[in-house]
Amino acid sequence: MLRIENLHASIGGNEILRGVNLEVHAGEVHAVMGPNGSGKSTLAQVLAGRESYDVTGEVLYEGEDLLALSPEERAAAGVFLAFQYPVEIPGVGNLYFVRTALNSLRRRQGLDELDAIDFLSLARERMGLVEMDESFMSRSVNEGFSGGEKKRNEIFQMAVLEPKLAILDETDSGLDIDALAVVAQGVNALRSEGRAMLVITHYQRLLDYIVPDVVHVFAEGRIVRSGDKDLALELEQHGYAGVEQRAALTPSAAPVGATP
Amino acid sequence: MTDVSSEVRELAGREYQYGFVTDLETDVAPRGLNEDVIRLISAKKNEPDWMLEWRLKAYRGWLTMQEPSWQKARYAPIDYQDIIYYAAPKPKVAPASLDEVDPEVLAMFDKLGISLAEQGRLSGVAVDAIVDSVSVATTFKEKLADVGVIFCSFSEAVQRHPELVRRYLGTVVPRRDNFFAALNSAVFSDGSFCYIPKGVRCPMELSTYFRINAADTGQFERTLIIAEEGAYVSYLEGCTAPMRDTNQLHAAVVELVALDDAQIKYSTVQNWYPGDAEGRGGIYNFVTKRGKCAGANSKISWTQVETGSAITWKYPGVILQGDNSVGEFYSVALTANHQQADTGTKMIHIGKNTSSTIVSKAISAGHGQNTYRGLVKVLDSASGARNHTQCDSLLLGGDCGAHTFPYVEVKNPTAQVEHEASTSKIGEDQLFYCRQRGIPEEDAVSMIVNGFCREVFKELPMEFAVEAQKLLSVSLEGSVG
Repeated sequence: MLRIENLHASIGGNEILRGVNLEVHAGEVHAVMGPNGSGKSTLAQVLAGRESYDVTGEVLYEGEDLLALSPEERAAAGVFLAFQYPVEIPGVGNLYFVRTALNSLRRRQGLDELDAIDFLSLARERMGLVEMDESFMSRSVNEGFSGGEKKRNEIFQMAVLEPKLAILDETDSGLDIDALAVVAQGVNALRSEGRAMLVITHYQRLLDYIVPDVVHVFAEGRIVRSGDKDLALELEQHGYAGVEQRAALTPSAAPVGATP
Repeated sequence: MTDVSSEVRELAGREYQYGFVTDLETDVAPRGLNEDVIRLISAKKNEPDWMLEWRLKAYRGWLTMQEPSWQKARYAPIDYQDIIYYAAPKPKVAPASLDEVDPEVLAMFDKLGISLAEQGRLSGVAVDAIVDSVSVATTFKEKLADVGVIFCSFSEAVQRHPELVRRYLGTVVPRRDNFFAALNSAVFSDGSFCYIPKGVRCPMELSTYFRINAADTGQFERTLIIAEEGAYVSYLEGCTAPMRDTNQLHAAVVELVALDDAQIKYSTVQNWYPGDAEGRGGIYNFVTKRGKCAGANSKISWTQVETGSAITWKYPGVILQGDNSVGEFYSVALTANHQQADTGTKMIHIGKNTSSTIVSKAISAGHGQNTYRGLVKVLDSASGARNHTQCDSLLLGGDCGAHTFPYVEVKNPTAQVEHEASTSKIGEDQLFYCRQRGIPEEDAVSMIVNGFCREVFKELPMEFAVEAQKLLSVSLEGSVG
């Protein structure tokens, strides 16, 4: 589904991604782990189409050149990013926002738009996945939401928009343990054969709830090691420094896109 | 694909859809201003002597006054002798019914989206349609008369209700209040007059639609609204003008009087021609609007959406004279291209326990300059007075500006005055968030701007709120290159 080859990205002359290679198949959940500042979030932003980066390399998504598409075209093609810092939009109702998004996608896909009533029943059902209260729907997008509420709102939007490739950028940050369980339960409910997920996280604890098929260690702008879910545990024990050292000894680490 | 700044620069390309000219046979006064022109205007309107005297006094006062220069707007000096002060589509005699209105005029209003002919059947809004210097039609008059509401052109009010006009004219905005108000008092041509008798809740929205059509004319309308004890009225005004290369002056005066327990809600959607992308042409909108809460427990509320005009200079205010009276000001001002807006309000607290609320939303794009200027004045008599002011500015792009000048004068120690202000840029983050969800860039800008204005839009009557949202979207159209 997604094939990244030698992806470089820089901002203001500062190179952040330094040759990322990655392959993700439909139905897989890949975790990308790494220390702060290693470029994990930049990878997420570049895949979603953030325009502030200078990007080289190749990203094929379902055989198409992803980098040639605008952010909204990528969204219509099924790419979804759950933001690390969901953005507040004062005065724009949350439900209205999500309906506008869904209908924009449907228009691009040549489908009929959902009217307010049909949309409401869909939204109600999906709210249940992340145990979200209906009162959130009439509030402005993310305005005055707690950290946990914002993250739930991201997963709720993902549940409504039903992407093919979901990128979750530090969805666990700022969540207490109960909220983490709820969000993870929502994510797990959305795992399916046709859908791939790229879960970016700093901590192993999220992976106790969302069990990945493949784990990648990210350092200094590229993937330095890949393995199965046990790699995450190894990280937990030895820390990133330990794993990087080991990686340095075996430079070309695991093959990309190792399937479970 | 564009970055925010280049996309916003495209705002300059927004199109003005009301810029057409209608070919109306027009009766005009000679260019320039002197006492003879004022006598001519007064004679054309067949006015009583007291009205002519009133105008002449205003004119003599105006001659001694200086054009103000404190506002934050730059423009070439106005040649007051190069303006035509009176222009009226022929026939100049007001038609007795819609059937007698020039079909060209009706067609013009149809094109503006206001069907005078269908007003009677379809909508619950009574309209006074004003072209250049005269009122061409007022709908629903009879129905309103049944409940005692007077809604007619100002000229007609001078003829038929001279006692009311004489009692209230100039009591809120005196003849010599300021340079432009004095000019208006001398040469005002037409406008609307509303009178809501004691205890009557006006059964429909009253509305005036102002249209400048003739070239090189100034429009000087005068509106007077009186709500007697316990009365209620909601009044709307809309304005458009053709696209022309020269600037046209619009210097209006609006006076509102609310007696005990009365309420007046006054809403404006102002969309005068703003000038082209280079800043050529457009209307100079120099307007004095003021309400007086003369009675106890009265309330006056101004809501304005200002998207047009080359320069806007207006401060709809409220004199809170009656005890417990309430003044409100809700404003959205959008400046794009080279538009300049210097707008805000004046809340003058005189009575006890008076309160005022100010919510100002300024949006600047292109090379637009947007200034909030507000005065909150609490006199020593106004114990327990309260004010809350909130001024928010939104910048689209790097070539525009937002400025805030809040003046606060408090002479009573029990008063509470609060001021909040914020300035934000339309965030790349917000835009990216919307686009990542699949919302196209142009829709996203419009959504974010409308969200920013929501607090004000919710104060507008339903139909107007929809109109205002559409207007903002149109104003922001072409924002993606």
